[in-house]
Amino acid sequence: MSLLSAQGVTVQFGGEPVLSDVSLAIEPGEIVTILGPNGSGKSTLLRALLGILPLSAGRVTRAPGLRLGYVPQKLSIDRSMPMTVRRFLSLPVRVGDADASAALARVGLPGVEARQMVGLSGGQFQRVLLARALLARPQLLILDEPTQGLDQPGEAGFYRLIDEVRRETGAAVLMVSHDLHVVMAASDRVICLNGHICCQGSPVVVSNAPEYRALFGLGSQGALALYQHSHDHSHEPDLVDAFGRAPSDPHHGHNHA
Amino acid sequence: MLDDFLVRAALAGVGLALATGPLGSFVVWRRMAYFGDATSHAAILGVALALALHLPIGVGTLLVALAMATLVSTLAARGWAMDTTLGVLAHSALAFGLVAISYVPGVRADLSTYLFGDILAVSKADLGFIWAGALLVVALLGWRWQALLTATLNEDLAHASGLNPDRERLVLTLALALVVAVALKIVGALLIAAMLIIPAAAARGLARTPESMAAYAAGFGVLSCLVGLRWSLWQDTPAGPSIVSAAAVIFALAAVFGRMRRG
Repeated sequence: MSLLSAQGVTVQFGGEPVLSDVSLAIEPGEIVTILGPNGSGKSTLLRALLGILPLSAGRVTRAPGLRLGYVPQKLSIDRSMPMTVRRFLSLPVRVGDADASAALARVGLPGVEARQMVGLSGGQFQRVLLARALLARPQLLILDEPTQGLDQPGEAGFYRLIDEVRRETGAAVLMVSHDLHVVMAASDRVICLNGHICCQGSPVVVSNAPEYRALFGLGSQGALALYQHSHDHSHEPDLVDAFGRAPSDPHHGHNHA
Repeated sequence: MLDDFLVRAALAGVGLALATGPLGSFVVWRRMAYFGDATSHAAILGVALALALHLPIGVGTLLVALAMATLVSTLAARGWAMDTTLGVLAHSALAFGLVAISYVPGVRADLSTYLFGDILAVSKADLGFIWAGALLVVALLGWRWQALLTATLNEDLAHASGLNPDRERLVLTLALALVVAVALKIVGALLIAAMLIIPAAAARGLARTPESMAAYAAGFGVLSCLVGLRWSLWQDTPAGPSIVSAAAVIFALAAVFGRMRRG
């Protein structure tokens, strides 16, 4: 069965519908990206799926015992709060040292346990958030615009990491994004949202759908063509260094369609 | 031993500091300083209520502090502009309390006791109340510690982990009302918030984890109480303000030391 499904989900803020009649399902092991312009309800949808927001109509069903890992859009740790990376990984569930260092190594940040969270760069911070989410051994990872504030190589590196994690752990990934080209390269399925689901399908299908073109314009087509590629290629492990910097040529090793 | 008023005073201060250390850390992390002010200023209203209804002072302050803390946290959850709202509430609570207390006959002379505390007059019964309240606060925070920290970091993260941030906020609200009731006798309504914020702020520069910050804050609170008490005896200064002054000096020293250590 699906890990997570939504049937006819409607969310209203002050009587105004932000989401209407959204239905979707996440299957094990797939990467699904929700794409939409600002104010299209992307984050609202994620928060509704997580059970943070009350639904005006519809329902969200989780597979029994579903293990979820969540990476929030923006987590600003107040400077008044001392917090080492190691301590952060143990919130809210305490984890052992071995698990913590394995998770950090997995996201390419070995040995940063003693660093203060506020001293990390944007890219490192996002990776630590991901490491924390991975410690729950999630069957489904939910990420809300995980690369906000990262530069393009950092962004590409982060999505590559997500893809690797999915391959290794078999976790499904549901994420929200607004940057078209990276998303197109990294997703199995794209859901195009603007208050309701405009269209969904494989990246190639969606990018050719008239609803999608109406929403994002044709200007992005050039960039999309550049980034479309088949998914059955292997990434070379040395593509990303410890700080998430990708090599100067981000297309290296990809087979482009 | 408890027959010595100085021992009772010192024990009262230590009891309070054990609770204000960890709770004050949350007040600092969540930027609730004004929240502490509003709740503690409301304690004066509680005193007036208790005197008028012949209730124990502790019960009156606890009830009114709880009502105020709940009001503030409800308004916060509804998205009111907190800076202004808390400013209005904190000062009106104090003003109404002072007016209300003037209607109770024979209290005017004691007013400064409630405003600035009267730690040297702590009785054995007071001591029991202070320690029971302080231990309750410590137990409450210890029980919810992981959840409180997670909810303080990010409410969505807490939600996604199956926690309820509203419930954790309620825990802090309760703890704050308890501390206000406990601290009234020691530092007085005007300076309760100082005991929450100053030791925690002093601890910030020295701590690397939330736990060590809470522990340093409790330690600095204990030290402030003992030094302030000593000072008050020696110079015949009011005890509550002396304790807070000691805390402020410790804060300054910790800030300088922290800066030197960082180079």
